[in-house]
Formats: sequence, structure tokens, C-alpha cells
Amino acid sequence: MPLPTPFHTRTAQHCTSAQWRNWSGYMAAINYQYTHDFEYYAIRNAAGLIDVTPLYKYEISGPDAANLVDRIITRNAHRCKIGQVLYTPWCDDDGKMVDDGTVQRFSEQRFRITSATPNLWWFQDCAYGMNVDIQDISADLGALALQGPKSRDILREVVKGIDFNKLKFFYLAEGKAGRIPLVVSRTGYTGDLGYELWVERKHAEKLWDMLLDKGQKYGITPAGLNALDISRIEAGLLLLDVDYISSKHALIDARLSSPYEAGLGWAVNLKKKRFIGRSALAREKAAGSVWQFCGLDVSWPEIEALYGKVDLPPLVAGVASRLAVPVYSGSRQVGQATSITFSPILKKYIALATVETGDIMPGSKLSMEITVEFAREQAEATVVKLPFYDPPHKRS
Amino acid sequence: MAERYDAIVIGGGHNGLVNAAYLARAGKKVLVLEQRHLVGGATVTEELYPGFKYSVFSYVISLMRPEIIRELNLPGHGLTILPLESTLTPLQNGEYLYRGSDPHETRRNIARFSPRDADAYQDYGHTLFFMAKAVKYMLGIVPPDPTSLHPKDMLGLAALGKYLTGLREDDIYNLTKLMTMSAVDFLEQWFETDVLKATLSASGIIGTFLGPRSPGTAYVLLHHYMGELDGNFRAWGFAKGGTGAIAEAIASSARAFGAKIRTEAKVSELLVKNNSVRGIVLDNGDEIFADTIVSSLDPWQTFLNLPPNGSMPEELLTDIRKFKFKGSSAKVNLALDALPQFNCKPENSNFLRGAISISPSLDYLEQAYDDAKYGDFSRRPYMDIIIPSMIDPDMAPPGKHVMSCFVQYAPYHLREGNWEDKREALGDAVVNTLAEYMPNIKDIILHRQVVTPLDIEERIGLSQGNIFQGELSLSQLFFLRPAAGWAKYRTPLKNYYQCGSGTHPGGGIMGAPGRLAAMEILKDGGH
Repeated sequence: MPLPTPFHTRTAQHCTSAQWRNWSGYMAAINYQYTHDFEYYAIRNAAGLIDVTPLYKYEISGPDAANLVDRIITRNAHRCKIGQVLYTPWCDDDGKMVDDGTVQRFSEQRFRITSATPNLWWFQDCAYGMNVDIQDISADLGALALQGPKSRDILREVVKGIDFNKLKFFYLAEGKAGRIPLVVSRTGYTGDLGYELWVERKHAEKLWDMLLDKGQKYGITPAGLNALDISRIEAGLLLLDVDYISSKHALIDARLSSPYEAGLGWAVNLKKKRFIGRSALAREKAAGSVWQFCGLDVSWPEIEALYGKVDLPPLVAGVASRLAVPVYSGSRQVGQATSITFSPILKKYIALATVETGDIMPGSKLSMEITVEFAREQAEATVVKLPFYDPPHKRS
Repeated sequence: MAERYDAIVIGGGHNGLVNAAYLARAGKKVLVLEQRHLVGGATVTEELYPGFKYSVFSYVISLMRPEIIRELNLPGHGLTILPLESTLTPLQNGEYLYRGSDPHETRRNIARFSPRDADAYQDYGHTLFFMAKAVKYMLGIVPPDPTSLHPKDMLGLAALGKYLTGLREDDIYNLTKLMTMSAVDFLEQWFETDVLKATLSASGIIGTFLGPRSPGTAYVLLHHYMGELDGNFRAWGFAKGGTGAIAEAIASSARAFGAKIRTEAKVSELLVKNNSVRGIVLDNGDEIFADTIVSSLDPWQTFLNLPPNGSMPEELLTDIRKFKFKGSSAKVNLALDALPQFNCKPENSNFLRGAISISPSLDYLEQAYDDAKYGDFSRRPYMDIIIPSMIDPDMAPPGKHVMSCFVQYAPYHLREGNWEDKREALGDAVVNTLAEYMPNIKDIILHRQVVTPLDIEERIGLSQGNIFQGELSLSQLFFLRPAAGWAKYRTPLKNYYQCGSGTHPGGGIMGAPGRLAAMEILKDGGH
């Protein structure tokens, strides 16, 4: 039975659809309302409030904290400033991704890492011989993502002690909501202006109430996983075990992915002398990767035509699909699309895909399988650079 | 040297801009001339009270063609269409009818009035889907002239005939009914509930000078269903930033294709030589030359006002003079200090993000029409209301709101007095009517703008204030819009075209006339 998050008394009240999903053992609303439409548009147009408590959270402290984090992740933890947040993958010795998440630096000797899957054993193994303390604080902290162009206006009214003009993209600050101490990081999973709020679980409900109260006039709307999923695909953000498989879960080698193959080559810092997976990644960098991660813009006129053949309007699902489908170049399969959605804001049918390297690059015309009235068809799909949606206010 | 363009588009409303964007996209050197200080025509957002943005005239995006959104990359130019998917009809006794996106909730709501209607509602939606589908084809084609022997027309008619005979039998019967029946008669095939029939039929009278029991209103009702065909493409809803944002997005796209747009440039006359247009004269006397001139203005402006005397055949002018405008609607825009409180308490608290329809009964609508028939505005009008700030928080300061009330009936021709004197009386009638459903409304109004049919005509040039550039009645549709023989965007003057809502397929923020006209111009060689 999934557990309630610290916000559950509140999320349950808003979840009039009674649609929940088990997310890492917690009850997470899929849609609060009958459809996700208003929730999605709240994220893009006002502010969506998402309970992201089920993320795994670890606190790493002690004299060797920076050394350990640096050893685990592919980016340079020593260059992570106090108050900075890094998004990063981490790999096994073969350079294959274990997980991805954010690293928050609170002081010289204190970090927090968020991740999609349990990592305590991995972090502890990596820390062998180091003077460092690793705590799983997943259950102690409630986490809310407040995402959307109005999120900053709302936080200005709720949180004291933080200068939101100065809180830059991928930085964090500590402040207070009333008497509640909390951490605010300017991070998120939507590709919009947004923040994540980290609070002790005993203060969770109070914080939720304050946000809803002050946020009402800015259109704050509790948003569920369906809205979040569409947003993150538009933002070109990966989802573990959907767009790539953790090397700790993969049953066959073919399912492994390196950061280069997952579009995270920019986050691999080979200038670092030592980190887990470095030699394998250096070899891959030199030899070139087999796979690449990309966006697909699926031709709407072709979708209309395919549905038109059976006399239907285009019925592409209103929610994102995580059912992988083949991607072809001519008649040859060159990869798979793993996350697919209609983008309400771009009015495009888009997908995140893993395809062969070689000739395929932005602008290449591939085709993606689409099932129309029980028949497998293909629609032209143009390779595009990610993200699909990148509003200027994200970094403003 | 005199300015010279491949094409000049007169009028920067949404159709003019769409037309210009398509011509520019095809490589033409295009100039748009708009008389006001901003583009948009009836699709404008104006901040008439500090911090409060009004969609002054049109207020929802109705049927914007998906191909236009895509081909002009309007999302890339800032167009965002927000969902608007419920309708609340409050009643005076605290009762209400609510229809939303959850079909089960809607069914429960209708069942409070009639369990039978609640179930019939699904079948009604199913039928309208097929009707919309049948008509959609016609919206996308240049209307062939049934009297013509020109191969293009013959082919067009053959294609249309093939299409129509390909429809299901039921669709053909229903389509005939839809074209000829009143909205009420059509609805009574399914429903017995008065408030449901009233609210559904209201979409059949919007912009017409007809009552819900007048024949021909069933067709207009269909327009509201067309958006269903686009699936989740959603060409129906509320444009972020108000309807002006639609015009801005199209203008931005047109500019990106190289079109020039000049505001505060009113065209006074066409320059014509040897029955062919050569350019235009602005009201400041400047002459600008172009190979092609396209008018997005309404048929009266396009045929009666712009061409020099004697340049158009008299019979056509007679037809155009008889083209029915008869503006029947007004708009009241309110800036509110807080949210209105309703007498009724809908179970779905999101109802303020949808439409609110003041259409409590059929008799109410007919009585509203009765007032107008004899030259008065409705003392208790039908209203279609939205609260844009509930959908887009940028429309008003935080915690404050704007309310858009489409008001019918407000006849252009008043029996007594004039609109200058009656404007505020209409505003009072609207607010008094609102107060019957929202008791606190009078206490929260910070600013009120009343837009009469005369205002619509004077400010944005829509003759008699008709929001569709001429009624959407059967006699003014398809190959008869705006006149028999001239429904294919051309005019008797060589290289002079029309692209406004007064041409097929008509009004609403659809953009189809602008696009179809551009296609025809380019086919002709786009001189």
C-alpha cells in the first residue's frame, strides 16, 4: 500500500478525480481534476504546485563530502559553489548511467543529492574509506515544486529572507515561510520558471496552505503527474527507466546507456582526473557513441492524413505515452521513441528518442511508428535539438 | 520614387494579417495598412483601465484553422490557446446548469432537470460531431459556383457532390434539418429541459438578428462544435493575452515572412485604371502602388466605399447593398475589484474558468429578441460571459479581475434616441441583469466599458456593428457570400480581391477567408 506524503491531507482534498499513482511507494496524484488540461496550463501560464516528495533525498556531510560527491558524479563537485545546484548523471565503472538528479551544496562539507531511485547502498559503497556521513533523508523532507511564470511572484509573498531577484537558475537559498524554515532551489522538471521547496515534514501542511492562500490570486493550481510529464517532455528532460534504464536495473547490456548516449555529454567533465566511469567515458568520447538522444517533431499533416484514411480526426492521446515505439530511417529501424506527447503549447506531436549516431542529425527525416485504428503506420518525424520548449522567462 | 509592393492588404484584422502572412510566405512583397494605432481589428486587447486588459470586441478564439496555426507557426510567435471548457447557466432561484469536461459530471447536472435529457445529451453530441465533420469540408474549399460552366467550378461541384453523396444517410437528413430549422426545433429532437435548450440554442443566435425560434439559427449553433474535429489540437478556447495576442502572433509571423505592417494608415480609395487596380490612396493623400490589392474589410467597404464611382457593375452593387448586416450585439467589459459571488453554488469550483451563460429559459431569450425586433436593446439581455483573468492571470492585477460580457440584443438601429445617449443605459441593463445572479457585482465594478454596435462600426469599421461582417444566414453563405458570382475572393476589378469574414466561410476568429483568398491570389499568379 503506498504511503501518504506529508502533504497528503491537502493533496487528497484537491484530488477530486481520485486518480493516484504509486510513485516510489507514495500516493501521487495523476490528475487532480478530471483532465490534466488546467494543470498543464497552470505550469505554462500561471503556477502549478506539484508534490515531489517521493524523490529520494540524501544528505552527505563530513570532511570528505566534496570528494565523495565528486567521485560519484560526472560533473565537478569541487567547483560547485555553496548555494549552487548541479544537475548531473552518475555512472558505474563502465560509464553507464546509474541515475541522474540534482546535487545541492549547502556548505564546504554538506551536500544533498536527489535521485529517482534508491542510491544509499551505491553512495555508501563509493564512500569506502572516506571520512563522510551519508543519510537517507527521503522520509524526513517534504518537497514541492512550484513551477510556472507566476511562481516567483507567489514565493515573494510567502517566503522571507530570500532575495528572489538574486536567486539565479540552479541556485538555492534558505528562508522562512512564516516561522517555517525551508530551502528554496530554483530548479524543476518542467522547463519553465520554477522552484522546488524543501521542508521538514512536520511543516509540510502549513507550507502548502500558505502557498495556496497567497498563490490563489496568481492562479496557483495543484498539478499532477500527467501535467508534469507533458511539461518535462517539452523541456527535453529525461526520465529514468523510461528514456534510459539504470545500469542497476538493466537485464541485458543492450539496455545500458552512457551520458553521451542520453544527451548528457555536456555534463561529463573529463578534465576531472578521477570519477567513477571516467576511463570508459573517455574511451567512448574518443571512439564516438553508438546512440544519441534527440527530439522528434512528428508531422501533424501526416498524422491528420493517417487518421483521415479511416475517417477519424487525429486522436493522439491527451496524455503523454511511455510506450516505446520504433523509429525508422527508410525501412530500417534506427532506434526508438520512448516518451511521446502532443504538446499543447507548441501544437506539435513530439517525442524523445534514442537513435543511431552516424548520419542522423537535426533536420534528418525519420519516421515514427504510430498506431491508427489498430493498424501500425508510420509518420514522418524530423530530428530536432532539445528542448522543444524553452521560454525566456525560465532564466529571467 | 513612389512606394511599390506586390500586394497591399487593406485592414489589419486577423483575416487581413493571415492573408498578408501567406502572401509574404510565398515571397511577395506585402504591405498591410491598418487605420487604427494597433493591428487586430475586432481581435484586439486594450488596457483601458490601468492594469486591466480587455479583449474589447471578440473574446474567445473560436475556430482558428489548425493549418493556419501550423503553417504560420503561430505558437512560435506567441500564440497560446488556453482551455475554456465549461458552461454555467445560473438561474435566478439559485439553481444552475453546469456542463464541463467530465461527461459524468455533466450528465449528473442535466439529470437534475431531466434524466432523459442527461442520456440524450451524448447522442446529441454524437450527431453534432458528424454534422461538424460534414460541414468542415465546406469550410476548407473555395465555394464553386453552381451556375458556372467554368471547368474549375465544374470540378469543384463534382468534388462537392462526391463528398456529399459519400456522407451517411443520417448525416444528409440531419444536415438538411440543420440548414433549415430553428435552433430550438433542432434541439427539441433530443431535449425537453428548458434551460438546456435555451443555453444550447444561444450559440445559434450569437451575432445574428434572429431569435432561437427563428429558422436558420440551427446552423450557427453548429459552429461551436467545429473545434471538436481538431481533437486535442484545440483551436477553440481563450488566447493568452486576450484576442489581441492572436493578431500580434499573426502579425509577428507575417513580419517574419517579410511583410510590412503600417498602422494609422487609413485607405480612402482605390486607384483604378482600365478596370484594374493599381494602388491605393491614403486619407492623407499619399499614394501607394501595388500589383494586387486585397480588402479584408466588410463587403460594404470593399465594394461600395473603396472603389471609385462607376468602377463596379451596378447589379453587384445592388446585391451588396442588400447584404444583411443588422448588428445585434454589444459588449460590456468590466474591471472588477474581486470575484463575483453567485447565488448558485456549483459543485465544481472551477466554473469561473469557463463560460457563464445568461440564458435561463427560451422565453427569456425570445423576450430579449422581442425588445430588439421593435428597435430597443434587450432590457434583460442574453449574455455570454467569461472572466479572462481566471484563465490568464496576466489579464488583471493579482486578485483583481476582468469580465467580458457579450450582450445580445442591441440593435444597430434604435427605435428611439441614439446610441450615444443610450450607451450607459445599456450598460445599466447589463449590470442589473448580472446582479440578479451575482449579488455583489455592483460593489466590485472598478471600470465599465460599453461597446455598442455603433461603437463597433465607428471604431473598427464593421458596418452596422455586425461582428461577422454580415449575418451568417443561409442566404449569405457559401457561394452566396458576399454575393452570387463573387464568392471566390475575386471582384469585378482586375487584381482586386476580398479576404474578410464577409467572404466564405464567414466570421469568428477562424482565419479561413484570409488563407483561402491568399491561395486564390497566388493561383492567379499573385500579380
